Amino acid sequence: MHPAFSVIFLTTLIGTGQGLFLALYTGESYAAVKLLPAQDGAFYAWGSLVSVVLLGLGLVASFFHLGHPERAWRTATKWRTSWLSREVIVLPAVLGAIAVYGAVHALGWNLSIFGIDTGVENDLTLILGAGGVLLTFALFLCTGMIYACIKFLQEWSTWLTPVNYLLLGTASGFSLATVYAAMLAPELVNFFGGWAIIILVSAFITRSASLIRNARLKPKSSLQTAIGVRHKTMTQRSQGQMGGSFNTREFLHGAPMWLFRSIKWTFLVLVFPIPLILLSLGMNEASVAVLLSAFGIQYLGLLLERWFFFAQANHPQNIYYQTIS
Amino acid sequence: MTQLALVIDLNVCVGCHACVTSCKEWNTSGMAGGMADDNPYGADPTGTFFNRVQTFEVGEYPCSETVHFPKSCLHCEDPPCVPVCPTGASYKREEDGIVLVDYDKCIGCKYCSWACPYGAREFDEHEKVMKKCTLCVDRIYDENIPEAERKPACVRACPTSARLYGDVHDPDSEVSVAIREAGGYQLMPEWGTNPANHYLPRRKTKIRIHEDELVRADNPLKKETDRPTGPIDEPTLDDSTSW
Repeated sequence: MHPAFSVIFLTTLIGTGQGLFLALYTGESYAAVKLLPAQDGAFYAWGSLVSVVLLGLGLVASFFHLGHPERAWRTATKWRTSWLSREVIVLPAVLGAIAVYGAVHALGWNLSIFGIDTGVENDLTLILGAGGVLLTFALFLCTGMIYACIKFLQEWSTWLTPVNYLLLGTASGFSLATVYAAMLAPELVNFFGGWAIIILVSAFITRSASLIRNARLKPKSSLQTAIGVRHKTMTQRSQGQMGGSFNTREFLHGAPMWLFRSIKWTFLVLVFPIPLILLSLGMNEASVAVLLSAFGIQYLGLLLERWFFFAQANHPQNIYYQTIS
Repeated sequence: MTQLALVIDLNVCVGCHACVTSCKEWNTSGMAGGMADDNPYGADPTGTFFNRVQTFEVGEYPCSETVHFPKSCLHCEDPPCVPVCPTGASYKREEDGIVLVDYDKCIGCKYCSWACPYGAREFDEHEKVMKKCTLCVDRIYDENIPEAERKPACVRACPTSARLYGDVHDPDSEVSVAIREAGGYQLMPEWGTNPANHYLPRRKTKIRIHEDELVRADNPLKKETDRPTGPIDEPTLDDSTSW
């Protein structure tokens, strides 16, 4: 498939935003049971703002993918059948939930404003945040299933696709949370950094598993089934046009093979080992610069990872477009 | 239930592209708007088409055959492009099974084209919406044209009658009979899309003659000569037997 930059930025930005929110809420939950030092509302409020900005930028990026952005409101109508429609509904819901979560932290409200006294600090945000977490997981599922539900794109059609979206997004979110904590709450750096590394290792396992799976895939469609002629030796002599068409642009990445292959190894290095080393170093030295470079390099790697994710998918329609003439 | 479809006879198609140009002419002139071409005479021409004729060489020279393969939307009975559409712009008509795009609802996200294994959908770079074969829905129901002409433009244009059009759910229709009797098949059956359009395979009419059929095995004289005849004035076998 041809990787569209709008979709690459959409999926990586919202993944990081969602991951950052999950990190903030995890930190708050630990603090609620006194496993971590409690933070003031401003810590969560600013963190939520960063998350909202990332999700908002992702939403903006998605509009560049549309031919008619002014009709985007219509996309919320077919949620019964379309994962894309479901994502379009869940994304603003996540955005709203995180914004409310951050706003309630900024205002310092808890359940006592409803006359309920639980004695737990931040009880209202814990409840709101739980809803936000559910929505965040739903958004990861929607994003992954948009690709995983197309069964003839065999590289995508696996449960590993939504799992990778979940783990890669969460890993980058936790990396960003580590940077954020290094700036505002140094006592949480090891907590976020530790989780960032655990999730990163899990993501490495599932992403490698999908790469290995894809390398061993046997395409179900062939020229024989595509035109229905039983013969071992067949070649295309003409594709019905001398110039290009939508079919030759949308479904092929167009990069030379050496670049395609090198992007795979580049993203594997940029997303996994380098951030792992930098996160460990940054946690030891409590250095914002090192942690920031860990996140930055990882995000760059994720852009390449997403490019490769799209480029690797081989659409069966390409069988019909092998030779110009 | 009606399911209108095309049946394309690969045995007859000569690859003349008349269906392609006729399709383009009809559909670019309709009220749904033009199908614009870019650089039609330039270095890098491109444009939106609903129908294309491709050519494949089957076998290796000199034992090879050229197969011309017209390719358009197959109007699947279980179209994978329809449920993925987030706006409902892509839909399948209940009454005749035609898969259509509502150009006023399409947001141009291209997701439906990803979900079509046949690459039958083409994005119009000028109108920024997804387009595809409509089976000339604006023609086949038009009561202003004579009934015999209420067929898709490609079917009308085909000089060799390689394209048949009709209801594949009616067992007695021309298309159903052709599918049944000439071995009609669907493309990429492995994805369960159940395309309504069918293709008729290349076929040869052959007479098989065995070696012994060239020699008259029942000839008592073992050679092809005139049969011996008796004298004309003597009674024949028919005259002397009583049956």
